[in-house]
Amino acid sequence: MNDFSSALLAALALVLQLDSDLAEIVFLSLKVSLVAVSGAALIGMPLGAALALFRFPGRASIVVFINALMGLPPVVVGLAVYLALSRAGPLGVFGLLFTPTAMIIAQLILVTPIIAALTRQVIDDLWREYEEQFCSLGAGPGQRIMALLWDGRFSLMTAILAGFGRASAEVGAVMIVGGNIDHVTRVMTTAIALEVSKGDLALALGLGIILITLSLVVNGASFLISETARRNHG
Amino acid sequence: MMRLKLPILVLLLTLAIPATAEDPFIIVASTTSTENSGLFAHILPLFEKKTHIQVRVIAAGTGQAIRLATSGDADVLLVHHLASEKAFVKEGHGVKRHDLMYNNFVIVGPKSNPASITMGNSAATAFTHIANTKMPFVSRGDDSGTHKKELGIWQVAGIDPRNASGSWYREAGAGMGAVLNTAAVMNAYTLSDRGTWLAFANRGDLMILNAGSSKLLNPYGVILVNQNRHPHVKAELGQKFIDWLIGPDGQKAIASFTINGEQAFFPADKKSP
Repeated sequence: MNDFSSALLAALALVLQLDSDLAEIVFLSLKVSLVAVSGAALIGMPLGAALALFRFPGRASIVVFINALMGLPPVVVGLAVYLALSRAGPLGVFGLLFTPTAMIIAQLILVTPIIAALTRQVIDDLWREYEEQFCSLGAGPGQRIMALLWDGRFSLMTAILAGFGRASAEVGAVMIVGGNIDHVTRVMTTAIALEVSKGDLALALGLGIILITLSLVVNGASFLISETARRNHG
Repeated sequence: MMRLKLPILVLLLTLAIPATAEDPFIIVASTTSTENSGLFAHILPLFEKKTHIQVRVIAAGTGQAIRLATSGDADVLLVHHLASEKAFVKEGHGVKRHDLMYNNFVIVGPKSNPASITMGNSAATAFTHIANTKMPFVSRGDDSGTHKKELGIWQVAGIDPRNASGSWYREAGAGMGAVLNTAAVMNAYTLSDRGTWLAFANRGDLMILNAGSSKLLNPYGVILVNQNRHPHVKAELGQKFIDWLIGPDGQKAIASFTINGEQAFFPADKKSP
């Protein structure tokens, strides 16, 4: 109990002092995860929609495969990206290892299957509802995808938030490809891991409380945005 | 919805643009002890202020740090396992090894000390006491410098603790801090470098039970990664960092670093291991 109260105090102290190191870490966490999730949405949503709309050989296997990829272990993705970006690896010439870009790539790989799989489910349901209309209107494949994604946009918000939750909460991948370098690649989760290894459990938990609060703020904001939009559009 | 999307997109694009006009930087592969103890936080600002070269530290176990440097992902290697460091240079991955600093390893354990280790014991005798009484011992188990040191002591004691792996000998496969957290909960013995121990805040019932033995010396070396092996290595900047570290300014900075009033690392120029 003592640990929890000192953790709360540590979190409050950090926030009230407007600690510049903390602000930097929070900003980098948001930057990495938001960029990764945006990229994953750009790839995952059309991919998921296409899987829902089109029938082709091997479709079922791909659907199962993408569903399974939702459970990708972050540490394995981190290791794979690490080996690819290492100077000794195939993409080594770009010198991307231990940069925020490397962290974004790893999170993009983690999050894309989640958004693709959840999108497929949402669009699949919508498609059953509208299939006849689309066929009678003679809409092309691109038009169908765009129209259904737009129609399902409020449900798809949940897919994106699930992706953001995964990205902002994982530590295994960003630790390996980012290296937890102070002022360069240190994010909330790696900072927490570092404080744990220093034995400063109260500060670690304090940082954890701030991370959970951030997640609440992001989710709350997206809820308000979609509620407002829903009301305006009827 | 469309009206909201545009500002969000603009925000994301601004976030995606990398920071420009950075100072030149080098990557140093090092051990968790130098980072977790706070040594780097103490000395690096001094170097960065003087040279405007940013030092980016990857803190890993010595084994992993050496692998990082071997694949060319670091410019400078700063670790603490003499034999591996010499091999690293001999195999052509590093240019030259310089003595940097030293401290010692400490055997920590519960205050009740059920294995009855004394300060006068040699490290191997202390380990023998632990094995004979089958008291829990947490090993790093991660191929780090401290792990290699620990295995060396078991070897001198003529004991193969891996036979007891899972019973009293517990291989955590983790960094020093995580192992100290584990030992604190299990009330177990473990081997730690002095720097990490001094800075460690969650000691529980643990205390230093043996530290004096000369076998527990812990020398740190610093090596420039060989540019002939990896052309992208920032040899000039890395050498500047090494020259500063082993020169009077760096050695003074290392000596002035204290944790709770205790000196954590000793300059190498005073006493070479």
